[in-house]
Amino acid sequence: MSQPRDRSVWMELRVPAAAVVIGLIIGAVFMAFTGANPLTAYGALLSGCFGKPVNISETLVYINPLIFTGLSIAVAYRAGLFNIGVEGQMIVGMLAAAVVGYAGTGLPRVIHLPLTILSGALAGALWAAVPGYLKARLGVHEVVNSIMMNYIALYLSHYLVNGPIKDPQVIAPYSREIADSAKLFRFFGGFRSEFRVNTGILIALAAAVLMYYILYKTATGYEIRAVGANADAARYAGINVPKAMAVSMLLAGSMAGLAGAVQVCGIQYKFLDLFAFEGFGLDGIAVALVGKINPFGVIGAASLFGILSRGAQMMQGIAHVPKQVAGIVQAAIVFMIAAEGLIEGWLSIPGLSLKKAGKAQKEDV
Amino acid sequence: MTQSQRVPVLAMKGITKQFPGVLANDRVDFTLEQGEIHALLGENGAGKSTLMKILYGLYAADSGTITVRGQQVQIREPNDALRLGIGMVHQHFMLIQQFTVAENLVLGSEPRRRGIFLDMNTAVAKVKEVSEQYGLAIDPNARITDISVGMQQRVEILKALLRGADILILDEPTAVLTPQEVSELFAIMRNLQARGKSIVFITHKLKEVMAISERVTVVRRGRVVGSLDTSSTSVDELARLMVGRDVELVVEKGPAHPREEILAIDNLNVLDARRLPAVRGVSLSVRGGEILGIAGVDGNGQTELVEAITGMRRCASGHVTLAGKDVTNSQPRKLFEAGVVHIPADRQRHGLVLEFSVAENMVLQTYYRPPFSVKGRLNWEIIKSEARRLVEEFDIRTPGEDVPAGSLSGGNQQKVIVARELSRQPELVIAAQPTRGLDVGAIEFVHSRLVEARDAGKAVLVVSLELDEILALADRIAVMYEGEIVGVLNRDEATEELLGLMMAGATRRSDHAAAEVASK
Repeated sequence: MSQPRDRSVWMELRVPAAAVVIGLIIGAVFMAFTGANPLTAYGALLSGCFGKPVNISETLVYINPLIFTGLSIAVAYRAGLFNIGVEGQMIVGMLAAAVVGYAGTGLPRVIHLPLTILSGALAGALWAAVPGYLKARLGVHEVVNSIMMNYIALYLSHYLVNGPIKDPQVIAPYSREIADSAKLFRFFGGFRSEFRVNTGILIALAAAVLMYYILYKTATGYEIRAVGANADAARYAGINVPKAMAVSMLLAGSMAGLAGAVQVCGIQYKFLDLFAFEGFGLDGIAVALVGKINPFGVIGAASLFGILSRGAQMMQGIAHVPKQVAGIVQAAIVFMIAAEGLIEGWLSIPGLSLKKAGKAQKEDV
Repeated sequence: MTQSQRVPVLAMKGITKQFPGVLANDRVDFTLEQGEIHALLGENGAGKSTLMKILYGLYAADSGTITVRGQQVQIREPNDALRLGIGMVHQHFMLIQQFTVAENLVLGSEPRRRGIFLDMNTAVAKVKEVSEQYGLAIDPNARITDISVGMQQRVEILKALLRGADILILDEPTAVLTPQEVSELFAIMRNLQARGKSIVFITHKLKEVMAISERVTVVRRGRVVGSLDTSSTSVDELARLMVGRDVELVVEKGPAHPREEILAIDNLNVLDARRLPAVRGVSLSVRGGEILGIAGVDGNGQTELVEAITGMRRCASGHVTLAGKDVTNSQPRKLFEAGVVHIPADRQRHGLVLEFSVAENMVLQTYYRPPFSVKGRLNWEIIKSEARRLVEEFDIRTPGEDVPAGSLSGGNQQKVIVARELSRQPELVIAAQPTRGLDVGAIEFVHSRLVEARDAGKAVLVVSLELDEILALADRIAVMYEGEIVGVLNRDEATEELLGLMMAGATRRSDHAAAEVASK
């Protein structure tokens, strides 16, 4: 790839890498307090994520939606917008896919599957268009509106799944199962395979490539990035700032909507009533930041967060570590990324390599 | 060294300061004698401000020693400097706008009654006493918002004096002043000198060095290239030392051959960000083949005028016509496509996306058009090769077209903008502060490019706070004061003094203004 930012991959990545190391160390301290052996625990984390083929499959299942939500945050952030509305956009994406996946029964697979997936993307985009429009046209701050759109989506989904779209065959608040023609292939075995990893992961990777292409290879992406980096200069240069913001919000919403659609078509096959936000949107913020707001960085960061989430359960089971500790590790890493200047300061101490920084930290604790 | 028999009041020896990628000061020696005005001359980025910030405790030197009145000292923060009697007046004033002069002056050492109550009477009396002592006429009870920039500068000087400064560092003090205010400042500096103060005068203006200083130290690329008695040097020698080669200080330009009218501004009114009138009833005309200069002190509506005619700010009323077509309140892109190029006054806010590479910045207006973009897809090969061509042609000092524009020096950032704007085939060039922060060599280059554009029949509108720049470039000069054009002069009838008076609002050339309107 010949785009200008590639020149210093290491410089871009060394701070996140150091943050991860320090976050793991802090996590180890917390585990030591709870009486668990950090080495056993991290061992359990690794084997739980990669020890058996089915574990790898489950890890990918965790990673898959985080790539989408990370991309959603990243593409909005490139235009200078904070898309806190990923949760809501993802919920409407799930709803749309659940509805279209059932209502389209009888359609041939080549039409029904893409239609279902795209309906999710479209629903997410529409949900993001509301705060996007208000921001672009009227300058209303996108954060408050996005948060409210999240609540609207959550309660709308409660209503729908307990009423209009509820499966009458079951007591639990589920929507009807989507038709097989709307389900994403699982790589190993049929739709009931315990290997739940499915072609959704390929859609996520393709989405990352597409976002990269749009941001760095197209005039539209140039506009989005110019607006995010310096809206005044963009305006001076004749770029339509509201339009660029709106386009980035639509892209962001479609990514979040895809997260929901892929979740329904690949894993759940139906909409399951939500008791609260699932947290993919919030994690997406961390994923995007750890990934340096770069589509390919997002893939790496989503993998990290997916591994930590999946690994948390395994640590609990094998090493008797409270599941919450993995959350603390995640939080510690994001904290360290946010304190970028601090880590840059440590890394720039002459003669103090990355490894030594880690050691010094260990001796402190 | 002329007065080496005396102990200097200040001696900096072997000062070295490394910033990432830049050696800002390289074994710099600087000596200040008791009671002298010593000019510190250099281009922007030469390292003169860095040196003085080290002296004032804002930066720590990597190596080198500082000796004050014969004693070697450590200066770790501004309070250390103040204790040693070193005071600094910054280019950007550090005053609280809503406070009065006296309140600002006692800030941090407020006189108190019974331990807790602020004793303003004592404060006012003290301010009066010190200001009279140094001949700095100032009203202690005036609010900072209500007084002129020149007055605010006096407050800053007084602040340093009240804190017991014997060594005063003035960081580019003339940058914000009218010619009259500059001569008043010089009178104050002489007065301070007569009372035994030693002054470091930072500047990049050669004329001012000659006018006020006894000695001058010239810095180039972090090194001292000469320390001379002002009386035994000349403007040409100083320019050569500063830039490192011979420079033309005066733009070579023949008479203008004005053609048809390109830009017509008719009775334009523009509001500022607070919705107060900033431009009031301005009418101007720029023809192809001429340079119209707009002179004025900063903040008299020039910014809003330029923003209004470049589509960045709405006109409240009036008309802007470009080559006969009404373009009032047109979008910037429409204006660019109609042949307007704009070198904006604030290069970091408007002119560049600092995070973007030099190449990306070079296509800021044209990225969407062939050959840079075909069917919405950017062609990086062509964008980069065009950038390389411009970097070469405009002598932009950069490691390459892929580095972020923000990593370039201010002067080279400006060159990126100038290259981008003048390389597009313009009909009208609007240049606001086109050489701000540029060194003498680059100023020469930009000026000759603007004159070239004029000679090619383009209409050129130059807005500058530097009177010298207006005088060097313009064929006609309009003076702006409080949002109005107070007069339009032909270059041959304009003198620095007359313009200075008009810029201060003292004289109106209503006869000229009327003639200008009538001629349309």
